[in-house]
Amino acid sequence: MPLRNTPIRQKLMLILLVTSAVVMLLMRGAFFAYEYVIFRQTTLRHLATLGEILAANSTAALAFENPDDAAEILSALKAERHVLAAALFDRQGRVFARYAPAAPADPIPASPGPDGYRFVGAHLVGFQAVMVQERRLGTLFLRFDSGTILREFMWGSLPIVLGVMALVLLAAYLLSRVLQRQISTPILALAESARAVSERRDYTARAPALGRDELGLLTEAFNQMLGQIHDLTRDLEQRVAQRTTELEAANKELEAFSYSVSHDLRAPLRHIDGFAGMLVKSDGAKLSTKGQGYLGHISASAKQMGALIDDLLVFSRMGRTEMQFASVDLQQLTEETIKGLELETQQRNIRWKKGELPVVPGDLPMLRQVFVNLLSNAVKYTRPRDPAEIEIGCQPGSPEEIVIFIRDNGVGFDMKYATKLFGVFQRMHRSEDFEGTGIGLANVRRIVLRHGGRIWAESAPEAGATFYFTLPRQRKSPS
Amino acid sequence: MKTLRRILLVEDSLRDIDLTLAALDEHHLANVVDVARDGVEALDYLNRRGKFADREPGLPVVVFLDIKMPRLDGLEVLRQLKSDPVFKRLPVVMLTSSKEEPDLAGCYALGANAYVVKPVDFAQFADSVKQLGLFWAVLNEPPPESSPKAT
Repeated sequence: MPLRNTPIRQKLMLILLVTSAVVMLLMRGAFFAYEYVIFRQTTLRHLATLGEILAANSTAALAFENPDDAAEILSALKAERHVLAAALFDRQGRVFARYAPAAPADPIPASPGPDGYRFVGAHLVGFQAVMVQERRLGTLFLRFDSGTILREFMWGSLPIVLGVMALVLLAAYLLSRVLQRQISTPILALAESARAVSERRDYTARAPALGRDELGLLTEAFNQMLGQIHDLTRDLEQRVAQRTTELEAANKELEAFSYSVSHDLRAPLRHIDGFAGMLVKSDGAKLSTKGQGYLGHISASAKQMGALIDDLLVFSRMGRTEMQFASVDLQQLTEETIKGLELETQQRNIRWKKGELPVVPGDLPMLRQVFVNLLSNAVKYTRPRDPAEIEIGCQPGSPEEIVIFIRDNGVGFDMKYATKLFGVFQRMHRSEDFEGTGIGLANVRRIVLRHGGRIWAESAPEAGATFYFTLPRQRKSPS
Repeated sequence: MKTLRRILLVEDSLRDIDLTLAALDEHHLANVVDVARDGVEALDYLNRRGKFADREPGLPVVVFLDIKMPRLDGLEVLRQLKSDPVFKRLPVVMLTSSKEEPDLAGCYALGANAYVVKPVDFAQFADSVKQLGLFWAVLNEPPPESSPKAT
């Protein structure tokens, strides 16, 4: 388990233990360094004292040039088992007497070096002048095995060191078990409160405050934030409720408006057309050709306004009705739509090109309206063509949405006016050439937008038109 | 030849009445139409009271009922008729300008026998009315008459 995933209790204990161990090792190291320095000084002093005593004892042997006495004096060094070798040099620097129990591992130099003691590797080596009344009689050489002493000392103390470390770690462990609670308990309480709040969405819950340290402040801040969230949520809910009420009222008003339009505007139109028709019937023969034409215009205008009102109502309803999402097979929808257009297409020479279309989430009646509008437009605006070519297909699009296109070789339109294309009651052609109220594409656009898609068109006059629209592959909240 | 039973047209607009009668007249059906100008009159007619107290007894073969009318509207008339054992089986055709879905659904829920939207186009309108008249007054066999309250 990586460290960042270990529980905070264990993390805290681990930190305490590691810290204690590191501190202890560092202290141990410092202690050793100090001991080492002291050891060297002590050893040096010890050997110097030994050298001075030996030198003092050797003066007679040197003065009387008696090597046996000298050797005997040196052999007294047996008691110091760390003295590896010793020698006496006479005034001329020749070896006068020697002591080397383990020779020849530690050779005696051929001639005396400068006076003084120094460490050479693991050994302490020294040359001591043998003097009598300011007169030098010779030189004493001593080789001392300081390394072994150090090693023995180090190894000897290891069990104690390890034992103390174990004791300290145990104490640190026991202490940390108790002390970590000071930090982990409030953090765990805070974490628990946060989890409870996010799970139950209960913003009235509060984390218990356990002190005035940083964790206490954190808990307090957390509780304040909860309070703010609670207030904001309540405000938001109130506002949503208020807006919903307003929207519902507005919607009701719109419904009433549509109802009135549907009812009250249609009736007079019916009367206009009705009485114009009856006038033709009763007195048509008495009217001039012109007069009959005027009556025809009156009827046609009344009918056109009726159609406009109907379309406007459909358009208004399309924006208000709730969408019923289901899986819509666009392939099947295309087939059904083309079949539904038979009445208009049976006298025509139309070459249909149908690509494969997917199944998408959508509102079937609304998407049907999209297909009916776009395909009947394609049929309508290819009327001067023989053969007419209408292609419907699907482009790969993106992982989020599909792109559907409907292409025709009809009369097309000028891209200059493309922005007007999807407006309400906007028309690209004269109604004598192509009938229609100009609401179809506005409806199509509204439906596509409500599905979370986009729509656009490409065309040129007399060069056909292509309408593209996208639909999300997954259900999207309506924009 | 059997005598035609009467049709009750409930309609507030004089012009609509004129147009409806003109359409029915083409098939010589206008003479069997009685007219009530709103919901209250319609109920008076059916119950033979008020200004219709003296009319001949018997129920019409069908009621053509407009929805939007002053005083008592078509939906309320329909509701009262369909909840009254005497008039429950009387065929009622909603003949209205409204294409609004709530009306449509509401009428069928209340037990309307048909729902016809009066088209703006007079030719279509005349055709609809004609067919309605022919169907209900000539073709359709009415339910056996239950004893009306007022005889």
